[in-house]
Amino acid sequence: MTANFLTIDAVRSALQERRLTATALTESYFAKIEKQDGEIGAYVTLSKERALNKAAAVDELAAKGDPLPPLAGVPVGIKDVMVTRGVRTTAGSKMLGNYIPPYDCTAVARMEAAGVVVLGKLNCDEFAMGSSNENSAWRPVHNPRDLGRVPGGSSGGAAAAVAAEMAVAALGSDTGGSIRQPASFCGIVGLKPTYGRVSRYGLIAFASSLDHIGPMTKTVRDAAILLQTIAGSDPMDSTSHPATVPDYVAGIEQPVRGLRIGVAQEYFGEGLNHEVRIAVEAAIQKLAALGCEIVKVSLPHTQYAVPTYYIVATAEASSNLARFDGVRYGYRAEARTLSGMYRKTRDQGFGMEVKRRIMLGTYVLSAGYYDAYYLKAQKVRTLLARDFDDAFTKVDAIVTPTTPTAAFKLGEKSDDPLAMYLADIYTVTADLAGIPAISIPCGETKEKLPIGLQILGKHFDEVTILQLADAYEKAA
Amino acid sequence: MVFKLPPDAPHLQYEPVIGLEVHVQLLTATKIFCSCSTRFGDPPNTNTCPVCLGLPGALPVLNRKAVEFAALAAMVLGCRINETSVFARKNYFYPDLPKGFQISQYDKPLAESGGIEVPTSQGNKKIGITRVHLEEDAGKSLHDGFAGSDTTAIDLNRSGVPLIEIVSEPDIASPQEAYEYLNRLKEILVYTGVSDCNMEEGSLRCDANISVRPRGQTTFGTKAEIKNINSFRFIRDALEYEISRQIEVLEAGGTITQETRLYNPDEGKTYSMRSKEQAHDYRYFPEPDLLPLLLNAKRRAEIQSMQPELPEALRNRLIAEHGISAQDAAVLTSNKMLADQFERAAKAAKNPKRVAGLVQNELMGRLKAKGLAIEHSPITMDGVALSADLVESGAISGKMLKDLYDLCFERSQDFPDVYEQTGRPQQSSDTSALEKIVREVFAANPKQREQYRGGKETLHAFFVGQVMKASKGQANPQLVNRLTRYPGRVPATGDKVEIEGRTGQFEVVSVDEEHWQAEVRPLAGADASELALWSLLRLVAY
Repeated sequence: MTANFLTIDAVRSALQERRLTATALTESYFAKIEKQDGEIGAYVTLSKERALNKAAAVDELAAKGDPLPPLAGVPVGIKDVMVTRGVRTTAGSKMLGNYIPPYDCTAVARMEAAGVVVLGKLNCDEFAMGSSNENSAWRPVHNPRDLGRVPGGSSGGAAAAVAAEMAVAALGSDTGGSIRQPASFCGIVGLKPTYGRVSRYGLIAFASSLDHIGPMTKTVRDAAILLQTIAGSDPMDSTSHPATVPDYVAGIEQPVRGLRIGVAQEYFGEGLNHEVRIAVEAAIQKLAALGCEIVKVSLPHTQYAVPTYYIVATAEASSNLARFDGVRYGYRAEARTLSGMYRKTRDQGFGMEVKRRIMLGTYVLSAGYYDAYYLKAQKVRTLLARDFDDAFTKVDAIVTPTTPTAAFKLGEKSDDPLAMYLADIYTVTADLAGIPAISIPCGETKEKLPIGLQILGKHFDEVTILQLADAYEKAA
Repeated sequence: MVFKLPPDAPHLQYEPVIGLEVHVQLLTATKIFCSCSTRFGDPPNTNTCPVCLGLPGALPVLNRKAVEFAALAAMVLGCRINETSVFARKNYFYPDLPKGFQISQYDKPLAESGGIEVPTSQGNKKIGITRVHLEEDAGKSLHDGFAGSDTTAIDLNRSGVPLIEIVSEPDIASPQEAYEYLNRLKEILVYTGVSDCNMEEGSLRCDANISVRPRGQTTFGTKAEIKNINSFRFIRDALEYEISRQIEVLEAGGTITQETRLYNPDEGKTYSMRSKEQAHDYRYFPEPDLLPLLLNAKRRAEIQSMQPELPEALRNRLIAEHGISAQDAAVLTSNKMLADQFERAAKAAKNPKRVAGLVQNELMGRLKAKGLAIEHSPITMDGVALSADLVESGAISGKMLKDLYDLCFERSQDFPDVYEQTGRPQQSSDTSALEKIVREVFAANPKQREQYRGGKETLHAFFVGQVMKASKGQANPQLVNRLTRYPGRVPATGDKVEIEGRTGQFEVVSVDEEHWQAEVRPLAGADASELALWSLLRLVAY
């Protein structure tokens, strides 16, 4: 990437050297949002007061000549599924259209403690359910690279904001590919860490065993810096992992020569767009040229990943979304009886895709169907994870396309849920197995649409995939 | 009233089969998945946070103490603790269930296969316990006291209070057995300190499964579940009613519907709430926000070591160690705190048997007369221990102790307070053992007495030594010191005197110098009413 854009390091040195104030930077981003976001639709809510207060605090530190925290003054956007105290958080749903959370998501709190300026909340598919951002209750997001196309989803607003320079970086969430697929569609970097690496406390749950928070940035180095900030165990999340957090930023500098890279034929089969295949194969050659050893591996259960994912994810979602009942907060429809209130609230408050997934999830958990669907899906999930365990005895990382095609047009798949679900075909496996995965840009189609390269790693080995991604990014 | 039923009466041709599901709140300071207080009775919705309110994004974190209490309860109920148990979501919609699911345990509960001994008319019987699992309580819906008759308010203070559910085997053969089972269960749990089992505050709740079958049949009949019963007595009554109802239905050629029924204690009847067809499908699945609960052998052993002595064993030991009656042992073990106090008092006292004796002979009778339960006794076990020591040392007499106990009950004050307020009375009457000893010592040593009277001060130490020896070292040395002090001159008959430790004036009626005592008559204003013998040494101001 040679484009002229701001990185985290650039922001920090500019502020430290007093060439720029955080307040001016923040105001310039709000101006940019004001100018561009009308046609893109990345932001749902702007948190101007919170942002300017934070920027002023950073400026005060800089004025005193105090050393600045690592992310001082960096303007970021937060996907609207992470709760922010006092700032409306909607999860892209009418159900939470007026919901002001009383507490902060751990990842957001850690970012702010490191100095970031939160510009606002980013559009997404309702409750993170979708692959095009067309399921937002507010408005669809347009891909900044081609406004007639989707930015991907569900973190479409996050990808579009970073791609369009309306934030230096963003936090997204990934349940089946929701960080990597939009990163790929918008030509940015998206990292889904290992399950348990980043606390989920304050992330509005879609599917608890699959939900991940991760950075969406312009560069691999920025992704490493953000991960460094948000990673690590959290007493508020029992599934956050106690493993020590390595130095990711130092880690990416290590040479990649001699690393073994797996290529699995299961990710290059039917449905893979020719241009995407060519670009990914070229990227693999580039890695070989950097001294990596290319090794064929097999992930035989890959074909079951999408159905497995849609059983596990919808089952958990059907339960996670039960709390939106109109009783305590959020949208409430008036009705004469309690059951009437429940029905009308959930009928009017949820969009079509969310209702579809709640029904699917309710069905697979029902008495008499549990064993055939949910239990079997969990067994397949174990087999999928074992595929990766086996492959990682032979290789250090696995490289695949992030998506089978580049960004599709708005409306192209919105009436065909199955076609939409297949947009996640290469990304759901990492969520099901809980392994880390990153998507980085690896060229463009003839129509100038970005193509994404996905690198998968071993559990808690974000360092290796960041290292490879950084080496590729520098070489490309 | 006991009726003798004819051998062909329908009730004798059927036998009931009863199983109980008991929910017990654990006495942890904080909730099961967050750090909110579990205190009962606080203003509505004050003990809440994002977790127990089920706000978007909040996650549960398991309370270690709740696990400890639940495992401890399961152990004292004889259950096997599973090394791995799994939390599961029980999904249903209810306004006081903020997440739309309850975090409970389903196919891998905390503990299984236990049981407790329950007294029946045919001796003790073991009632099996199928499982004990850990879960969270829901909030409370309040329907009364609001403007508009159809208003319901929700209090989520209770949401997330830790519960254990104890499921019995269908081993219970009568409503009376169910009643005894519940009492034993409560006694054990209260003893273990894991719950107060207070039904009024909802910390113990019970549902009953009941079916009947012709005697001799081995398969079960169709059962009904009775919910919402809020006292042990009502459970017994509800079961009695339900047995009669089911037998009547069967005798009339009908069939029992599998259903949930509610008990109305005012009418003494059960009513159908919902049938099996309307039953919820809870769509249980493993809770993805919590890791499986692992209790390895080391942790199980740690928890095992916290097990208290259970009431049965404690009663037997108290009887053996302190020589108290079975009946008093039962009273003293009616709650753990009392039993602990008794034991501590008995051990701290110079003579443990005297403590037990005082409880039996002095305390119980007074409590009974006042209609007080022992936990409301004005005299605590510490008070009993102090009084026992005072009697033991001879500082007070048995009669004084009785008087002080009466005063304690009269004033509703503990013994140490009353003892202080009455000026730490020392035993002073001629009936006291010590004065008797002093007189005997003077009588036994007439030569030394004469010399002592003649002014040989050094003999004081001799008399002190003799008295201490005669009392086998038990006497209060200060008292002995004073009682053996030479009085200056011996009073004469007709002298007006005062008595140390008493108010008012007395008149000397006769003097017995041989035994170092005088007979005195109280005059007007004296705080004694009888002619009494006093040591010469206690007579002053003449």
